[in-house]
Amino acid sequence: MTKLADAIIIGGGIHGCSTALHLCLAGMKPVLIEKDYAGRHASGVNAGGVRQLARHVAEIPLSIRSMGIWERIEALVDDSCGFESHGQVLVAENAAEFDACRARVAELNALGFTHEELIDGPELRRLVPAVAETCPGGVVSRRDGAAEPARTTTAIRRKAEALGATVVEGVAATNIRKQDGLWQVDVGADSYAAPVLVNAAGAWAGRIAADLGEPVPVETVAPMLMITSRVPHFIDPVVILRGRKLSFKQFANGTVLIGGGHLATPDQDRNETVLDWRSLAISARTVFELFPVMRSATIVRAWAGIEARTKDELPVFGPSARHAGLYHQFGFSLHGFQLGPGAGAVMTELIASGGTQTRIGDLGIERFHSSTP
Amino acid sequence: MNTTARRESYDVVVIGAGPAGLAAATTAAEAGLSTLLLDENAGPGGQVWRAIASTPVTERDHLGADYWAGAKLVEAVRSSGAEIIHRATVWSLDRNLEIGVSLGGASFFVKARRVILATGALERPFPIPGWTLPGVMTAGAAQTMLKSSGLVPDGSTVIAGQGPLLWLLAAQILRLGGRIDRILDTTERRNYFAALPHAFAFMTSPYFAKGFALMRQVRAKVPVVSGVTELAAAGDGELATVTYLSGGRRETVPAELLLLHQGVVPNVNLAMATGIEHRWDDLQLCWSPVLDRDGNTSVEGIAIAGDGAGIGGAEAAIVRGRIAARAAVEALAPTAAARLAPMATFRGALVKAERGRIFLDTLFRPAPQFRIPSGDTIVCRCEEVSAKDILDAVAIGATGPNQLKAYRRTGMGPCQGRLCGLTVTELMAQARGKTPQEIGYYRLRAPVKPITLAELAAVPKTDADVNAVVRG
Repeated sequence: MTKLADAIIIGGGIHGCSTALHLCLAGMKPVLIEKDYAGRHASGVNAGGVRQLARHVAEIPLSIRSMGIWERIEALVDDSCGFESHGQVLVAENAAEFDACRARVAELNALGFTHEELIDGPELRRLVPAVAETCPGGVVSRRDGAAEPARTTTAIRRKAEALGATVVEGVAATNIRKQDGLWQVDVGADSYAAPVLVNAAGAWAGRIAADLGEPVPVETVAPMLMITSRVPHFIDPVVILRGRKLSFKQFANGTVLIGGGHLATPDQDRNETVLDWRSLAISARTVFELFPVMRSATIVRAWAGIEARTKDELPVFGPSARHAGLYHQFGFSLHGFQLGPGAGAVMTELIASGGTQTRIGDLGIERFHSSTP
Repeated sequence: MNTTARRESYDVVVIGAGPAGLAAATTAAEAGLSTLLLDENAGPGGQVWRAIASTPVTERDHLGADYWAGAKLVEAVRSSGAEIIHRATVWSLDRNLEIGVSLGGASFFVKARRVILATGALERPFPIPGWTLPGVMTAGAAQTMLKSSGLVPDGSTVIAGQGPLLWLLAAQILRLGGRIDRILDTTERRNYFAALPHAFAFMTSPYFAKGFALMRQVRAKVPVVSGVTELAAAGDGELATVTYLSGGRRETVPAELLLLHQGVVPNVNLAMATGIEHRWDDLQLCWSPVLDRDGNTSVEGIAIAGDGAGIGGAEAAIVRGRIAARAAVEALAPTAAARLAPMATFRGALVKAERGRIFLDTLFRPAPQFRIPSGDTIVCRCEEVSAKDILDAVAIGATGPNQLKAYRRTGMGPCQGRLCGLTVTELMAQARGKTPQEIGYYRLRAPVKPITLAELAAVPKTDADVNAVVRG
């Protein structure tokens, strides 16, 4: 039988859950359909970075919007989400990289953004005492931090459900179609119909967009992460490198998460990834050189989450260029976690009032089709 | 000592040098396949024949004839032509049959055309109140000390639980002059009736005579309390007393050492991390890999033999090792397979070796209260999560072990669920009114044994990388 809703959201990652939550806050009754369970893939197993730092200019307004929500996340979802704000630091390892940092901060300042701040060697070592002496400085975004991704996605999902969202897990949405003016999908034996459809299906979203006649250059990737056993506390901010693929974060419990974007081989039909240990060894070597204190730490687990990366590494966010009532929210290209809360709020504004004050114009799906006749 | 394998790839790589692994490596190598046997321990034998080549226990009767039977298999593998590397920890295996190995503080990779996992068994968790106190250990750990160092308890000692290994350990401790004050037998009375229909097969199995002789020996020297239905360890910072309930009578006895054991279960960590399909075994109450009759798994090229394929004991493990290896030989070198004993011979031997197993599985099926704890009893030792914590998480939406990680970090510590996984599955299944199969298990991830960052950093990639690491 067909059940009516105000909106159908496909995908129970942080984006789908956040949109469900914000639609509820706006008085709507969405249904969220997740083929596995909320946070099963990238949203539950990413590095948890809550980062405005070093983002593409096109997504900075959305990131800033999101940061405001992160700072009151506990009031929003009744769970701290493990969010901590100790800043994020981009480390320049040599003079050339430091020059690039200086130029970047100047560019942002000229555009009116002030969240990134150039720091010299002494300030870098004050923030990150363990970093090698040879690093000349970097950039800090002081309001940034990190959260626990699975806990966050789970908490947002739980709150959305508590506010009236219907969450269907363990069954895929199939046969997506527009019929009698409504979006309709089959979910097992049930069908749902709604005037609005949000495509937030992560690595699976590209297929949905293509099936609806809006193909996007997007690939499935699986960035790898590894975590160490507990080591004595030695670092507060999240650290990323300017020149090499590394991100680095110590949790309150002492474990250290090492990431940076080296990729595993995804098998999205099997929900599996095959790790590339030779690339993880490169990350291990980088940490070994920069943080001698880490050399005897043990690696207890490595993994990779499956997600979508677009050709220009920017998300596909906003209304469809082809169908009324269809909205896209995918392709966050390894940096979507921090954007989740803000994107749900902005998506709700787009759906409920047809517009938003947050500048997202450069993220629309039409950018991939403007050159085709 | 060698620090890497001689070759980068092998026809067959066997992981684990217990009964199954020794037999598999011998069969594969004798058929002329390039064979590598990787084993974590200092010498061959696995758990059942631990330290077979080095034990200080020289009085053969003390460890029993079954123990010394392992020596023959060790001789065979040593003359088979298989390359054997000990102290080699396999920490990763993937679908491409690439194996990550840690050896002497460095890691290397080898490729295989076929992999035979013979990673054996683990002791089932025994989560009673106080089981995390110093002074409480598993019978298996005690047996490891006994075999490799000849150490036996000399203070007040209580052994609690059930199963063949418990009686074997008790007998070994007594023969070596160790002390046991009391044995608390947790076998459920109703299991005797349930097992009865299978008793005939058991009586014709090799276990029967040996098992009863052992129990008789032990009972002659140690008071045995049967029908124990509750068990708790207590003490201030270390074990001081053990309290138990039997036949409606509660008793507390002083103890410096409590040895716990309620059977063994397949060690599935490496297989699961590789993506091999497993299913809940309702009789043995554990996860077992889904296998065909040759031991082949759901991942092409990987077979499992021995107790890791489902608990069957050492005799069955040897035969399953030979079957898996023969199947590998058939696939890689069919002409060489013709020279091996026919598969039918092995299959006949397996039926014989497995006779009586169902009786043991039924009789020693652990009671629910010793598998599914309640209240403040710790379930996850790494993150100190109690049964109540888990039920609270279920109440607010945790649906399975993987979702539970988001609430309580269970299974995310260094043991990777070895000490809590089965408990978490059964506890959540009970709380949610589902079967363990429906609830599922932790998704496991390499490294299945922790490796140091320095060791991973030293993985050789190219000569230039090697030089860079040496300089760094």
